[in-house]
Amino acid sequence: MTTITSPLTDESIRKLVAGELVLLNGIVYTGRDAAHKRMVELLDAGIALPFDADSQTIYYTGPCPAPPGRVIGSAGPTTSLRMDAYSLPLIEAGLKVMIGKGSRNEAVVDAIKEYCGLYLSAIGGAGALMAQCIIEAVVVAFDDLGPEAVYKLKVREMPLVVAIDYKGNSVYN
Amino acid sequence: MSTNIRVIRSEHIAETIAKLCIEANMDISQDIYDALSQAAAKETSQLARTVLDMLLENAKIAAQERLPICQDTGMVVVFVNIGTELHVQGNIGEAINEGVRMGYGAGYMRNSIVGDPIERVNTGDNTPCVIYYDFVSGDKLEIIVAPKGFGSENMSAIRMLSPSDGLDGMERFILETVRNAGANPCPPVIVGVGVGGTMDKAAVLSKQALLRKIGTSHPEPFWANFESRLLILVNDMGIGPAGFGGKTTSLGVHINTYPTHIAGLPVAVNIGCHATRHKSAVI
Repeated sequence: MTTITSPLTDESIRKLVAGELVLLNGIVYTGRDAAHKRMVELLDAGIALPFDADSQTIYYTGPCPAPPGRVIGSAGPTTSLRMDAYSLPLIEAGLKVMIGKGSRNEAVVDAIKEYCGLYLSAIGGAGALMAQCIIEAVVVAFDDLGPEAVYKLKVREMPLVVAIDYKGNSVYN
Repeated sequence: MSTNIRVIRSEHIAETIAKLCIEANMDISQDIYDALSQAAAKETSQLARTVLDMLLENAKIAAQERLPICQDTGMVVVFVNIGTELHVQGNIGEAINEGVRMGYGAGYMRNSIVGDPIERVNTGDNTPCVIYYDFVSGDKLEIIVAPKGFGSENMSAIRMLSPSDGLDGMERFILETVRNAGANPCPPVIVGVGVGGTMDKAAVLSKQALLRKIGTSHPEPFWANFESRLLILVNDMGIGPAGFGGKTTSLGVHINTYPTHIAGLPVAVNIGCHATRHKSAVI
């Protein structure tokens, strides 16, 4: 099994093939519906994002609160298609990798091909297992959104499947 | 008035609801765990087996570490069957919502409810829940708590078929709904189907169908056979665990039926995720 580290380089992205199981280490930002809406509004207004998205990875999750003694609660993936409407401006702003679950629309697949991007799938419903792979979690933006705030996560050996590779091949086809 | 009326305090109901919310979210039902385990043994694709093993591992971690199985701890749906020889002291609806509030706080579970559907401001305590009341004989209160995540809820559908669409039309609609859902509802799914009644009745029947134990069938052989046929057709789609392909797209197709109008054939399909959470208690 391949181990990869985020932020990912183009070189490491090009080695990955749809359907392959990988273990992810490194830095990942969370963001789901409400955070995406705000990020795109900021970009539209020409305002910098509250974190530098360049070369980064976004994980579509809204975690449970951290119980005492833990860094985070359950944190599995949410359905990616709701983020399709917001993904293009973020990819154009430098976002490289998206983590979620379920298929993406054609525009997102085209952007992945054009910008050498990558779409990884976490195992839908495996929130407790994912939480075990998160070793640090800090809110970096939109604190008022509660579970939809943007967290900066440090992950260790998070099991993911290459769902859409940089050539646009999909595990869902 | 009869002196045999039993009295129950609303606080007791709230405490029971809180406990059931936590258990439903952290302790997967044994029938579902067993079905996932049997499915893993049958899969020939390595990736499908790996996904099912991860779901089983996830369920174990959740139960041991007291973490929710899934971060989408859901909108809580509560079915309450009230014995007619029972008197509830206080407001039962408020008590149920207080139980949800207590359970979600104590269990460190995600608050996923927004107040106005367009303003979308989080209510901060996962209330309100959705409550269905029914009356039964006796002096007991049966409570079923079924937190529903929206990965699967969003992929559910209802259609008012014409009687002339018949069984074939129903089959096409059910299969189309599962196919369109793809990987989004966290397969392997449970397919709850409600047939008959009015539009709203069909929807409630489909949700209640998700509460049924895996491996059990509709009491009438005709519908039981249709359930078996649909399960084979759904699994032949090849969506598989997490949508990565495989033999296990569904653990069960459960149909609930009810008489309907001469002009109608309402069909609702409520899709449940791999964990389809529910716990019950009688007090």
